[in-house]
Amino acid sequence: MAAMVSIRVNGVEMSVAADVSVAAALLNAGHTMFRRSVTGAARGPVCGMGTCFECRVTIDGEPGRRSCLEPVREGMRVTIDA
Amino acid sequence: MAVIGGGPAGIAAAAVAAGLGRSVVLLDASPRPGGQIWRHRDRGTLPVGARDWLGRLEASDATVLSGANVVDVAPGFRLGADVQGRAVTVAAGAVVLATGAQELFLPFPGWTLPGVVGVGGAQALLKAGMDVRGKRVAIAGTGPLLLPVAAALARAGADLRMVAEQAPPREVRRFAASLWRTPARLVQAALYRSAFATVRYRWGTWVKRVSERDGALLVTWTTGRSTWAEPADLLCTAAGLVPCTELARLLGCELSGEAVVVDHEQQTSVPGLYAAGEPTGNTGMEAALIEGAIAGFAAAGQGAGARALWPSRARHRDFSRRASEAFRLRPELRARAEPDTIVCRCEDVTLASIAPGWSVREAKLATRAGMGSCQGRVCGPALRHLLGTSADTVRVPVVPTPLGVLAGLTAQRDDSRGAS
Repeated sequence: MAAMVSIRVNGVEMSVAADVSVAAALLNAGHTMFRRSVTGAARGPVCGMGTCFECRVTIDGEPGRRSCLEPVREGMRVTIDA
Repeated sequence: MAVIGGGPAGIAAAAVAAGLGRSVVLLDASPRPGGQIWRHRDRGTLPVGARDWLGRLEASDATVLSGANVVDVAPGFRLGADVQGRAVTVAAGAVVLATGAQELFLPFPGWTLPGVVGVGGAQALLKAGMDVRGKRVAIAGTGPLLLPVAAALARAGADLRMVAEQAPPREVRRFAASLWRTPARLVQAALYRSAFATVRYRWGTWVKRVSERDGALLVTWTTGRSTWAEPADLLCTAAGLVPCTELARLLGCELSGEAVVVDHEQQTSVPGLYAAGEPTGNTGMEAALIEGAIAGFAAAGQGAGARALWPSRARHRDFSRRASEAFRLRPELRARAEPDTIVCRCEDVTLASIAPGWSVREAKLATRAGMGSCQGRVCGPALRHLLGTSADTVRVPVVPTPLGVLAGLTAQRDDSRGAS
């Protein structure tokens, strides 16, 4: 069993593998929509490598972080659009 | 010497030049070197060649800055980077651009739905820990990348339903027949195919549209003659790769089509500025390693070392050329977007709102297309393919950058002016 860390997604605590990206952790928790577009449409990750900016979320209060480039960390607070 | 990009080309350039005694700094946006092809969490899962190169880089005196986004390059060269939220300025006598390629996403109805990802995008997400076990996955794309991605998804436990190559069967057959010249590639392709042997692998097939149904995707496939729909949880689709050339264009390098023009030593039209791998249009990991090594030798002033690698580079260029001819995009892929299809995902600009004759600048001013977070990285190449819109000029910062970092970079520049 791989090491686990605890993160909070919209206030909900979850245990995720310690060596995954925030994007992978969110997808594995069943979140396919990460954010709303400027017209309110649902969007999720596309390029997986930091080019398209579709997977951006708020991490520890900082908006606009590309979740595909961010490894998860113990205690991380992630906010996605509802 | 500064190397920008930590994939095979950048690793080879940095390791070779550092091995020759040059002071080298490698700037890479990812959490650790490897680029897209060697992206990994556990190095033990990488092929031997990749581990060897990563080991060579570590054993060298090259400084590696991970999580480093180069946001500005000034002639001379002065690089400004956002390194995990810190402003870092690097002065370098020579620069190697090893910035890789990104996927080409051509708009079609439904391409913005969550669950529609890139082909390389799926591979990257998988390597970053995405769990695909039991998920219904379909792949639609083009070129040699389809096979390793299909194999990786199948091995990861995906319920792979379809692998669709847009190129016509006669082109794919001709390309496959030409692989006798590179037997290792033929063996590799066969091994990949064996990993998803029971899954349909259709040539001359592409996605027409995607919609949402019952909480999943409904993918409409077509061969031009017949059209049918199938459900999927994840659709991995792209139209091949385009070189990442923002920094090259910022510095005024000559381009041919989408690719940076280089001489025998991988030097661009800007003296002291080299490019290696995907940005030069020479595709694939093997070519990137050789071009990176040549750039490393040349930038370190060791032309003889570079020359020894020219024949090998020529073989990879030949492979690259045959691949790009065989997997040329069919015109139907460019005709899928409907008037209400979004073409700029950042600003939700529809195809109908962009007049065909506009320049990118006109499109930006009238619609905000290309002005969002990705700064035209997705819609720029898409509009070039759909409407023939020319590429826009590049402006700094080339990636969205926190104001604190920009202020830090400005202060560092002013300090260096004051000191000189």
